[in-house]
Amino acid sequence: MAYDKFNILKSSAVPLPIENVDTDQIIPARFLKATERVGFGDNLFRDWRYNQDNTVKVDFPLNDSKYSGSILVGGKNFGSGSSREHAAWAVYDYGFRCVVSSFFADIFRNNCLNVGVLPVQISPEFLEEIFTAINENPETKLIVDLPSQTISLEGTNSSESFDINSYKKENMLNGFDDIDYLMNIKDQIGEFAKNTPL
Amino acid sequence: MSNTLFDKVWDSHVVQKIEGGPDVLFIDRHLVHEVTSPVAFLGLKNRGAKVMSPERTFATADHNTPTINQHLPVADPLSANQLKALEENAAEHGISYWGLGHEKNGIVHVVGPEYGITQPGATIVCGDSHTSTHGAFGAIAFGIGTSEVEMVLSTQCIMQPKPKSMRITVNGSLSKGVTPKDVALFIISQLSTSGATGYFVEYAGDVFKSLSMEGRMTVCNLSIEMGARGGIIAPDEKTFEYIKGREFTPKGAAWDKAMDYWSTLETDADAVFDKEYTFDGSAIEPMITYGTNPGMGMGITNGIPTAESLDGGVSTYKKSLDYMGYKEGDSMIGKKIDFVFLGSCTNGRIEDFRAFTEIIEGRKKADHVTAWLVPGSHKVLNAIKEEGLLDKLEEAGFELREPGCSACLAMNDDKIPAGKYAVSTSNRNFEGRQGPGSRTLLASPTVAAAAAVMGVVTDPRSLV
Repeated sequence: MAYDKFNILKSSAVPLPIENVDTDQIIPARFLKATERVGFGDNLFRDWRYNQDNTVKVDFPLNDSKYSGSILVGGKNFGSGSSREHAAWAVYDYGFRCVVSSFFADIFRNNCLNVGVLPVQISPEFLEEIFTAINENPETKLIVDLPSQTISLEGTNSSESFDINSYKKENMLNGFDDIDYLMNIKDQIGEFAKNTPL
Repeated sequence: MSNTLFDKVWDSHVVQKIEGGPDVLFIDRHLVHEVTSPVAFLGLKNRGAKVMSPERTFATADHNTPTINQHLPVADPLSANQLKALEENAAEHGISYWGLGHEKNGIVHVVGPEYGITQPGATIVCGDSHTSTHGAFGAIAFGIGTSEVEMVLSTQCIMQPKPKSMRITVNGSLSKGVTPKDVALFIISQLSTSGATGYFVEYAGDVFKSLSMEGRMTVCNLSIEMGARGGIIAPDEKTFEYIKGREFTPKGAAWDKAMDYWSTLETDADAVFDKEYTFDGSAIEPMITYGTNPGMGMGITNGIPTAESLDGGVSTYKKSLDYMGYKEGDSMIGKKIDFVFLGSCTNGRIEDFRAFTEIIEGRKKADHVTAWLVPGSHKVLNAIKEEGLLDKLEEAGFELREPGCSACLAMNDDKIPAGKYAVSTSNRNFEGRQGPGSRTLLASPTVAAAAAVMGVVTDPRSLV
C-alpha cells in the first residue's frame, strides 16, 4: 500500500521509556477485526491510554499535552510478539512516521518498513540522552535524516548514524513498496515456480 | 563448503539476490487466516492482481471464531464479517478454505501438519508469528505481516534479508514431569525475549531427538518468544513416519523422490553457526512464568527473582510485577488461580490433552477454577473422544470446547476477566493478552492440570 515518501524529518518526539513493548500493547487483539486498513490510530496503546471504563489515563505520555510530534521514542526491544502489521498501521495512522529505540523486534521492524514508518535503531546511551533531553524540555526536536542515515538532537552536537539496507532506503525515499519490485520480476518467479514441485 | 540445514533450505529457494538488500525468497506453502488476510486481498484487488498459486495456498478460520455453538451464526457482526470476507476471498481466488464447522477446521499451525501441508525442506509462511511451529519438520517457516501476505498471494515470493544462524543444543534426558513446553520456557528464560532476535535457530541434541513430533512443534512454536524468526529441527525417521500417507504429502514415486531430498536435510558436521548455546536437559524443572513476557519464567519451585539480580530495566521489571500483583522473592507454589486454559497452537494437540488427562484422572477440578479446554482442531477433538479422554475429563468436572485460538489471544468471547489469574498453556503472558487486565501464568499442560485440580499453583511432580 502506498505511503508518504520519507526524506528528512524534524520533529519533537513522544517518549515511552518502557522496555519490551509488545504488539499486544501497541494494538490489542480485540481491535483486529476490521477488513480495511482504517482507524487503527484510535486504538494505538489502547489499554495504556484508557482505563477500562474508557476514561483517559492522564499520566500516559500519549495523553500528556506537553508531548507531541511525529516521532515515537521507545525502550529497548520495541515491537516484540505478534506479527500483526496492524501495530505498524496504528503507529502510522496515529501520526508517527518514525520510531526510535535501542533495539527492535524483527517482524515489527519489517512491518514498519513496509508501511512507511522508519525504525531508527540507536545506541542505549544515545537513547538515554534523548529521553533525558525530552524530559528536560518536551519541545526538544530530533532530526532524522534518511539520505545521510543520521539522527541528531537539535541544538547539540549529539548525533548518531543508523543502519538501513540500501534497497529499503530507496523504497522509503520514493514511497515504493516490495510488491512493485516483485511484480516486475514475475516472469523470473514464474520460471522458478515451474521448477519447484508442490 | 559446509552448510547448516537452514542454509540448505534457504539457498535453494532464493529466486534473486539484491545487492545491499534482501533476498527474493520463493514460498512453497502459504497458510492464510481471517485476521491478517483481508487487507492483503483488498490490496490485490486494488492492483487488479490474482493469487499466483492457489494450489500452494490454504485458508482456515481460527483466530476470531467462537469455541461454543459453532453451528450457530457468529453473533459478533465484526467477526462474522471478517469470516465472510475470507470465505469470499478464498472462493474468488480458488483457494482451499476450511471454515468454521468444516471437518478439517482448526488452528492453522495444528491443521497444516495434520494434513501433510507441512513438509521437510519447504518454505512456509503465514500472517502469524507462530508459523515457526512448522520448523519441527525441517521446514523454514516464519510469520509475516499483511503487506508480505499480499506479496506472497500475488507473487509467491517474499523479500527478506537472510537471518543469522544460531544453534541451541540440549543434551541429556528430561526428568519426570518435564515436558517440551518446559524446555522451551527454560531456554527463553535464559536468552530473554530478544536474545535470538535476528537469528534463525536450529535445535539439536538428545532432548529434541527424543521428542515426539508434537513436542518438537511446541518447541519450534515458541522460537518467536525469544525473538527468533523461526526454529528448525532436522527431519528424521519420526518426521517421515508422521507425514507419510497424509492428504497433501507426496505418494508413490513422488514420495521416493521427495525422500531423496529430505534425507539430505541436516547440518554438515563442520558447519559454523553465528551463535551457539548448550544446555543440560536433566537440569530443567517444570517451568512457570511470573511476569508479563515469556522470558520471565522460572523453575516452579524457585522464588521470583529480585530486580537487582537481573540485567536491565528495574522500572520495567517492577511495573511488570505490579501488574501481576506479585512481589520479588515470592514463591509461585501455592498462589491461587482462577482460570486454566488448555489449548492454542503451542499446546492444543492430542499429546497435550493426554498429558493433562493423566494428571486430572481420578481427581476433581477445583470448584473455584474455570477451565477452558480447547482442542487445536477437529482432528484433535475427535481423537480426544476416541481415546476415551473426554470421559475422564468429564468425570473430573471438565468440559471440552470447540477448536480455535480462543483465549490465547482473546479475540473472541473467551476472555479472562480483569485481575484474574489464568494458568495457560499458550504462548504469551503480555499485559491484557488474554483479556483486558488479565494475568497469565504460562506453563505446560501438566502444570496447568495440577493447578486445575488443586486450585493453586502446584508442582505436578507431587501428583504423579
